[in-house]
Amino acid sequence: MRKLLLESLIRPPVTEAAPAADAAAVAALAATLDRAARQKLGRSLAIREVDAGSCNACELEIHALNNAFYDLERFGLRFVASPRHADVLLVTGPVTKNMREALERTYAATPDPKWVVAVGNCAVDGGLFAGSYAVTGGVSEVIPVDLHIRGCPPRPIDLLMGLLALLEQQDSRRP
Amino acid sequence: MSTVPTLLDLVTLNGRVENHRPWPRIVVGEETWQLACERLAAGQWSLLGLWAEDDTVHAALGEADAFAVVSLGCPDGRFPSLARGHAPAQRLERTIRDLFGLVADGLPDARPWLDHGRWGVRAPLGKSRERSSLLQGGVGASSARDLSYPFLPAAGEGLHQIPVGPVHAGIIEPGHFRFTANGETVVRLEERLGYVHKGIEALMTGSDPWRATMLAGRTSGDSTVAYAFAFSRASEAALGIEPPPRAHWLRALMAELERLANHFGDIGAICNDASFALMHTHCGILRERVLRAADGCFGHRLMRDCIAPGGVTIDLDDAGKNVLRALVGEIRKRFPALIDLYDNTASLQDRTVGTGRLAPELAREYAAGGYVGRASGRAFDARRNLSYAPYDELAFDVPVLEEGDVNARVWIRVREVEQSLAIIDQVLERLPDGDTSVMLPLTNAGGPSEGVALVEGFRGDVLAWVKLDRDTRIARCHLRDPSWFQWPLLEAVIEGNIVADFPLCNKSFNCSYSGHDI
Repeated sequence: MRKLLLESLIRPPVTEAAPAADAAAVAALAATLDRAARQKLGRSLAIREVDAGSCNACELEIHALNNAFYDLERFGLRFVASPRHADVLLVTGPVTKNMREALERTYAATPDPKWVVAVGNCAVDGGLFAGSYAVTGGVSEVIPVDLHIRGCPPRPIDLLMGLLALLEQQDSRRP
Repeated sequence: MSTVPTLLDLVTLNGRVENHRPWPRIVVGEETWQLACERLAAGQWSLLGLWAEDDTVHAALGEADAFAVVSLGCPDGRFPSLARGHAPAQRLERTIRDLFGLVADGLPDARPWLDHGRWGVRAPLGKSRERSSLLQGGVGASSARDLSYPFLPAAGEGLHQIPVGPVHAGIIEPGHFRFTANGETVVRLEERLGYVHKGIEALMTGSDPWRATMLAGRTSGDSTVAYAFAFSRASEAALGIEPPPRAHWLRALMAELERLANHFGDIGAICNDASFALMHTHCGILRERVLRAADGCFGHRLMRDCIAPGGVTIDLDDAGKNVLRALVGEIRKRFPALIDLYDNTASLQDRTVGTGRLAPELAREYAAGGYVGRASGRAFDARRNLSYAPYDELAFDVPVLEEGDVNARVWIRVREVEQSLAIIDQVLERLPDGDTSVMLPLTNAGGPSEGVALVEGFRGDVLAWVKLDRDTRIARCHLRDPSWFQWPLLEAVIEGNIVADFPLCNKSFNCSYSGHDI
């Protein structure tokens, strides 16, 4: 173990430079974000991930945000274990009918101010699963959505750009 | 019959269906169905799948290297339960009732499984809505249902319950776990799944093979290659077409990359659940390198939609080969130090050795696939036992251990990483030239036809069964995730362990929610 730790000290970090915030997402958020809320939260967001029926691919890529390459926490963004600790709900999946109530209750348990980011094509409008007897057809059918990050699944870099747009919006309007 | 019939004896019976490939399907009567139940109960045969279609139930059976599907008509909507004698059939029979309205007579557990009472429709894949009258007092499609679900009781002094989920603390899929514990010791765990049921099989019905391939590839995101592979093989069998050799080899290449990425993720995550973050970090780097290499070569990190009936939608040039050679070299350079780290950290071994032990008898009974079965002495690997191209031409070992604990499931993964690297070497060395796909016929000249395939994903064997109509549209498709036969075993292995070891056991199984809930 010592050798491995020592090597980690000597070798350059694999962590990569931050990407620019997604311009489209910044524009979209400008319309939705409440200024007072931004002031309260500062440059840090606690994120609660909710799988509302995804195939698990989005979860894999959200997980990747925590690896050494993307290192999400350096931006003040971190995943928390309970919606009661969260500012942001990161919701994946077309929202299955069997998960609808759980999603609604998770949203209700998240204190204001809060934002909802819908991740993945099927979270937008049900995607390939739209029309099934078992899905509601997108996150915005169930709870209000502030930002969509598309992809099947979105790459970690796309997720990162979307989340940085959230931070940027908070920052830019600060008096 | 004086001697015990084998699966091959059964296959020689009358009633063999034409146009079912590559293995036989036999239409049987109740007597033979009962016989199958007895053979399953005796442990001679394995249940590899159980699904319905209109008024018929199909069971996929295995015996050593033999495979057959038996089908029983049930015009009055009932069939004799296999679960009476063979417990692994239980959740599958509950699902058949939920989705098709076909009732298994004698099924020991009458509770619904995937149907949580929220779809607004009963038996959505059933042949007729009248079926719903058979179910629980004939509650109509639109009327509200009781949403409660009675969990199995556990009686004793000082027991308490811990409900967990469906929304879990980590970034994982949803499901409910109901623990009954005595102090720290788990007395009973009961799973309740179905939260991510998307109705994939209903969406497939009537769709063309391309849309169906996309749906298959979104059944379980971590196994998108394995699902597309299995679905494509089943469709090709049904159509009687053969992809070019290069396509076979590229499929195997992607399947092994998928296995590598998932095994790295799992090995790291298991250690992380024992609070050993160093291993998690380093395995995470290797996983990311695999995904980036896949992205560079095939344009998608998870290699989604890269396999389709007829072949593959991607190709690999020399630059891509070099990327993969560099990847294999990097892993060979870094991974041994991580294996040593795992092996030489006593505090980590203390958590994994002897924890969550799965008895070999249970692994056999449930025909548990993947690392779950192979860590408990079940030496089954679809790439070997029911071998398919190109694995029949590749040299690789199937590692097997007997201990069945978390540690054994880690070691099976470690050994499989080494085998996958060896397979990738061979593919890069011997990749045949030529086309990467053949055109699919626009009509299915021979009339409706059926195909079945078993493909070894990282988690275990994925079964795909497809029936194509005359226009090559999907008449019925069934996809069976390996998790169906692993989830119930997780309930068994946690018994007598402490609550704090559940994440460790759970991660060492890493069952799929989405693949199971379909």
